Amino acid sequence: MSGAIYVMWLRQLKRFWRSKARMAGSLGQPLLFLFALGLGFGPVYSAAGQGNYLLFLAPGVIAMSILFTSMFNGIEVIWDRQFGFLKETLVAPVSRINIMIGKTLGGATVALIQGVVVLLLTFLFGFRVHSIGGFFLGLLFMILIAVLFTSLGIAIASRMTDMHGFPIIMNFLIMPIFFLSGALFPLENLPSVLSIITKINPLSYGVDGVRGALTGTTHFGLGLDFLVCSVLAMIILFIGSKLFSKIEL
Amino acid sequence: MENSLEVKNLSKHFGKLKAVNNISFNVPKGSIFAFLGPNGAGKSTSIKMFTSLTKPTKGEILLEGINVLKNPDNARKQFGIVFQDHSIDDELTAYENLKFHAVLYQVPKDIRETRISDALKLVELEDRKNSLVKTFSGGMKRRLEIARGLVHNPKILFLDEPTTGLDPQTRNSIWKHIKMLNKEHGMTIFLTTHYMPEAEEIADIVAIIDHGKITAQGTVTELNKKAKAKTLEETFLKFTGKSIREEQGSGLDMMRRMRRLRH
Ligand SMILES: Nc1ncnc2c1ncn2[C@@H]1O[C@H](COP(=O)(O)OP(=O)(O)OP(=O)(O)O)[C@@H](O)[C@H]1O
Ligand SMILES: [Mg+2]
Repeated sequence: MSGAIYVMWLRQLKRFWRSKARMAGSLGQPLLFLFALGLGFGPVYSAAGQGNYLLFLAPGVIAMSILFTSMFNGIEVIWDRQFGFLKETLVAPVSRINIMIGKTLGGATVALIQGVVVLLLTFLFGFRVHSIGGFFLGLLFMILIAVLFTSLGIAIASRMTDMHGFPIIMNFLIMPIFFLSGALFPLENLPSVLSIITKINPLSYGVDGVRGALTGTTHFGLGLDFLVCSVLAMIILFIGSKLFSKIEL
Repeated sequence: MENSLEVKNLSKHFGKLKAVNNISFNVPKGSIFAFLGPNGAGKSTSIKMFTSLTKPTKGEILLEGINVLKNPDNARKQFGIVFQDHSIDDELTAYENLKFHAVLYQVPKDIRETRISDALKLVELEDRKNSLVKTFSGGMKRRLEIARGLVHNPKILFLDEPTTGLDPQTRNSIWKHIKMLNKEHGMTIFLTTHYMPEAEEIADIVAIIDHGKITAQGTVTELNKKAKAKTLEETFLKFTGKSIREEQGSGLDMMRRMRRLRH
């Protein structure tokens, strides 16, 4: 059975590798954020006594690029439906949960590669990781974010038939998840409405985990970050495979 | 068990439309069964139900003795299918498409490569096995889809209009291979086509479906006799009438027709 998961994963990576333009294109946004916000807000941030803004921002931008790539993985399902390949997958004697796991791992790997490339880019802007152990812990949180949001994207896509509707819905979801997550600003001393929203936003824990691991400062604590991200990833993966198994062609 | 496929009181409704309306028939093991009908008759919808892609509104399907609705994963191992429309990954090579298929169908590792290269030889695509499918012509893609349907050595092969859009040479060679699979390997063949002479030539049993209902069924000789016709084409027209099926057309068809009227 693991063979099925493996080929689903492999297919996703091959498709990604063969369209490198997609990869190059999706680096534009993180670069812009690092350049404009990182350099632009840096002086104000340090004047307010908060230290180096780039050190704070970089994990947020890494998480952002993973979030975007992960959620948009869902569009592969819609393409497969449109171009007919989904039929080939769905008549195969493979359980729907394994199809879902294979697709999710494939998409999450693509998102993780994207995130690692952005991490390397942040080094060019002067970002530094505080320890080797922290680097690997950071990778773990990046994987969790990737799995969590890839399964969310695929779950949503499995309920949609419309190629044009998907990006609209995605942007509608991704923007608030990103902006209200603590990727761009510290979660301390926020107005109460914003504070509540950031607490129920799963990405807040993902960003905090990556930041805590890479730089050593966390808001929620790495234990809670890990718990929230991993439990939620499992739940959405499970719901996703239920939705996926309901697809009819 | 002497039937590869048993269909009992099968229906599929889309809102008010009864795309498939209470059909029942058997496909004997080792036979070539042609499912014929005008556009929109319900052929593809039926095949989607047989192959577990769509749930019937009601009815029962036994595939090689396995209940498709109750035991879909087991039923999926029994058949191969060539869909009416495109179902290949263009971004992968021909070989990669077949490899993907072989792994999904758990073809044992030691015979995987032989199966893949045999299938590619059969449709004469060996020399192009490492090309991306997006560089293939329509006919080559079709042949690859047929090869893919054979990689796991199914007991029954569904072919939904396998020769549409192909040149006569390719059509002949495909039918020749299908006959060979049937005669030499005892593979049951369930096919649809709009080329009546092809069906006449190859099929052991024919069923004619129209507006979701089966209107005639039997051997070609039996049906021709019943319709007092010389060819299957005449018989087909006698059973299904001469009007073009536009009343059932989709929204797109309606738009096309209206545009035609306006110009
Ligand atoms: N998903 C769907 N939703 C609504 N109606 C559908 C759907 N799929 C098929 N139909 C309708 O069901 C009817 C039967 O369609 P089907 O594709 O089975 O015809 P067919 O016999 O394969 O025709 P053709 O020879 O043109 O391929 C048609 O009227 C079609 O518009
Ligand atoms: Mg059809």
